[in-house]
Amino acid sequence: MVNLEVNIGKTTFKNPVLTASGTFGNGSEFDDFFDVSRLGGILLKGTTLEPREGNPYPRMAETPSGMLNSVGLQNKGIDYFEKNIYPKVSLYKTNVIVNINGNYIEEYVELASRVNKLDNIAGIELNISCPNVKMGGMAFGTNAASAREVTKAVRAAYNKTLIVKLSPNVTSIVDFARIAEEEGADSISLINTLLGMAVDIRTLRPSLSTITGGLSGPAVKPIALRMVWQAAKAVRIPVIGIGGIMNSDDAIEFIAAGASAVQVGTASFIDPMASVRILEGIEEYLTTKGFNDIKDLIGYINRK
Amino acid sequence: MTKSVRNFQLIDNKSIKKDFYVLELSSGQPLPEILPGQFVQVRVDDSKETFLRRPFSVHDVDYTRNSLKLLIQIAGKGTSSLSEKKPGDLLSLVGPLGNSFSLPENDDRTLLVGGGCGVAPLLYLAKYLKSHKREFDILMGFRNRDRIIEHEEYRALSNVYLTTEDGSEGEIGFVTQHSLLRKEKYSRIYCCGPDAMMKAVGKFANENQIHCEVSLENLMGCGFGVCLCCIVKTVDGNVCSCTEGPVFNIKRLIW
Repeated sequence: MVNLEVNIGKTTFKNPVLTASGTFGNGSEFDDFFDVSRLGGILLKGTTLEPREGNPYPRMAETPSGMLNSVGLQNKGIDYFEKNIYPKVSLYKTNVIVNINGNYIEEYVELASRVNKLDNIAGIELNISCPNVKMGGMAFGTNAASAREVTKAVRAAYNKTLIVKLSPNVTSIVDFARIAEEEGADSISLINTLLGMAVDIRTLRPSLSTITGGLSGPAVKPIALRMVWQAAKAVRIPVIGIGGIMNSDDAIEFIAAGASAVQVGTASFIDPMASVRILEGIEEYLTTKGFNDIKDLIGYINRK
Repeated sequence: MTKSVRNFQLIDNKSIKKDFYVLELSSGQPLPEILPGQFVQVRVDDSKETFLRRPFSVHDVDYTRNSLKLLIQIAGKGTSSLSEKKPGDLLSLVGPLGNSFSLPENDDRTLLVGGGCGVAPLLYLAKYLKSHKREFDILMGFRNRDRIIEHEEYRALSNVYLTTEDGSEGEIGFVTQHSLLRKEKYSRIYCCGPDAMMKAVGKFANENQIHCEVSLENLMGCGFGVCLCCIVKTVDGNVCSCTEGPVFNIKRLIW
């Protein structure tokens, strides 16, 4: 038996396969397809203090080997979450992590304090990297001073595992990785989507109502992998790799480059069972390669 | 109605008109119950242009053969690639997805309205209504005679009325201009077709206090409610057309 367990912050994950926020709903959408509790953890759709309608249609465009989205954090708000979603996700026998977003630091802090009271939530993913909202989101994650300030404030309000989700739309990912570590984050997850755009040449209009949106899918994988590798070398806290992971080979690349866990995102749109297939593939790879413990694979390429 | 990801084998690919194909796909194992109006997400061969699955209404179901049919109109690389599939080829389907048309009351006067490729879900709906002993008429609109799809199959199920924009077959004009709508008092309309047609039919239904359901065709990412890309504006806010639709009562829509 291969040991797949990894520790991130105060949380033990039974395996390194998690789902990326915004691509896995609240888990229940996948109940028909497979037992969600098999995964190491699930990251729920981004939650804000107030309900949000998101951006107008169209919010999606297919692009070569990927897609653009500009959903804009549509969600029903934290009150609805506590009342209706929390009781359901509490039944999963896996780590449930809430992704939080705000316009202002005070909103992030209030969300963190409220999630802090929910016993069955293992951690928070602090989203300072959403490219599709006018305020908050990426504005925090692309400015060193505000990234520092919001991480520090949320850390003070939250006791359990705190993961900061980083934006790739910066000059130096390493600077932001270090800021998160210095301000007490337990982990960083990267990358969120890359800012991109598409034009519909039949109508000669932008393909998205917001003109720009976030690019995801295999198109971003080499960039994501490079940033995960850079970040993992720069910090001591565990790094969670995200970006175009479609199969177990992709996931293994991220782990070998330094990721302690991975999040499967866009792949779940195309194959709702992608995450669990990736988990099976990683286990098979480790067995075939003679690894007894996933920890021996983490950052393998960085060892002399 | 459990959803699943399954490989289907193509057993027939019939070209029924220029750019229109009917694919029959067999599951090899019993199908789950599929309701009229539901859809499947089809994986197109992995190429960099066809990254996402393509949604198609279920056109027909044959439980005895464990097969379903999809009506496909070539509109881009995905549909073009699907039109070239040959018997024996495997296709990955996610489904059945979405809600369905409601079942009319016994005393309802029901009309099915379709246009262009939007007639796709109406064949299975017509068969479903027939098997539930509901009576209905069918009204279809096309650009011209050459674009008319399969109406013999529909004729076997009920009265079919036609309009073409150029008058080359049936009455001239749009479906909402057909004389049938002035003669008959319908209490229920089910519609699927181009946006402009559904809006016009919806307006007619509203003005005449007729219960009306339309099947929308929004751009979709996942098809099961997680990507939040196929949203529709409703009186209850933005909702996913893949889970709360694709069939909507027009009273709920903000058009």
